[in-house]
Amino acid sequence: MEDAIIKGLLGLTVGFQHLLIDWRNVIMILVGGVLIWLGIKKDCEPLLLLPIGFGCILVNIPLSEVMMKDGFIRIIYDAGIDTELFPLLIFIGIGAMTDFGPVLARPSTFLLGAAGQFGIFLTLLLALALGFPKLEAISIGIIGACDGPTAIYVTSKFAPQILGAVSVAAYSYMALVPVIQPPIMKLLTTKKERETIMEYKAKPVSKTTKLLFPLVITVIGGLIAPKGLPLLGTIMLGNFMRESGVVERLTKASENEIANVVTLFLGLCIGCTMVGPAFIKAQTLIILALGFLAICLDTVCGVCFGKIMRVVTGGKINPLIGAAGISAFPMAARVVQKEGLKYNKRNYLLMHAMGANAGGQIGSVIAAAIMLAILAGMGVI
Amino acid sequence: MSTEVKSPIPGKIVEILVNVGDQVAEDEEIIVMEAMKMKNPVYSTAAGSVQEIKVKEGEEVNEDQVLVVLG
Repeated sequence: MEDAIIKGLLGLTVGFQHLLIDWRNVIMILVGGVLIWLGIKKDCEPLLLLPIGFGCILVNIPLSEVMMKDGFIRIIYDAGIDTELFPLLIFIGIGAMTDFGPVLARPSTFLLGAAGQFGIFLTLLLALALGFPKLEAISIGIIGACDGPTAIYVTSKFAPQILGAVSVAAYSYMALVPVIQPPIMKLLTTKKERETIMEYKAKPVSKTTKLLFPLVITVIGGLIAPKGLPLLGTIMLGNFMRESGVVERLTKASENEIANVVTLFLGLCIGCTMVGPAFIKAQTLIILALGFLAICLDTVCGVCFGKIMRVVTGGKINPLIGAAGISAFPMAARVVQKEGLKYNKRNYLLMHAMGANAGGQIGSVIAAAIMLAILAGMGVI
Repeated sequence: MSTEVKSPIPGKIVEILVNVGDQVAEDEEIIVMEAMKMKNPVYSTAAGSVQEIKVKEGEEVNEDQVLVVLG
């Protein structure tokens, strides 16, 4: 009898004993704590970092069954991440939130949105050179899209084993855009270039244009890159609903309720991919480093393209807006506005940067779609 | 000679930092406006005294709309 009681009580210490056996779980519980701290104290993407951090703690408690077969997060993971459903649902919401008006008013800014994607391809080449398998290299490059859902979509499809590292990199760098970009922008431009004033004149965009845009992009994009159609199609569906103006309830549901619920599930699942023994290895650090590089290279390409546009237009373009050609919306555009104003108090680049930024939003999705199409053509996938 | 400070972008006036009669220096922040959910400072384009404030807090303005007249 006494024996049984002691054995029973000892059973309560099994978790602690395991904690001592594998230190990596302890580290990851601390990492989860840091992510939560960043979200709460530093206001760094709290909507994502909080559930990710909590998920990370949940899964690293020894003997945790949340990610085992039939564990509650495993069920959510299999339903939403394994099937790539969650990022796509988020995309409907993003489409519903985004106003492509500034790009349509000035189609040239769309080119900056395309230039800002070159970092993806440069990083892909680098990852290949470092010996990452093809499918993992693609997933690492896509961090450079600076777009969480795109990164999750591509990675969960082709390299789910590195999903944790890739998504943490994508989301934390997105939050770090205001820190990462300004020094690069300053380094690459001359004082005179940074001080270039770009006047803003609103150009009305007709409703027909706004309605046709998502339809045309879906059809043409889909024909060019059928593999990327789910990405393009969902973002454009959301935008079409928004611009139609007749399904406000659906638009609101997509950008609020659906996006919120999915964000919670997505964050939890990603946190739960960060299991100590699988996460703590040199490879994770390399992925984080390459992701950082990808975003820097995006900024470099965007700003350099801005410089080219400046020459072509005879000095009318401020190259700083090139930095907004990434998908981190609207952070990148805000960074450009702030930097522009810093060098010239008469300079308001915000609306131009918004154009480039919205262009970057589609640009990253199109870049991912094209990459998938090329790989399909090459027979890799 | 009076100078007009115009709105650089479309947005909403969040805060007016000067009163009529105030002396302002060039490049002094006189108005805060919100555009694209971001607060942006508007700086005075010349030194002088504030003759007239043409907008109210909370008002939506277009680009090139006169905000403040300096004299």
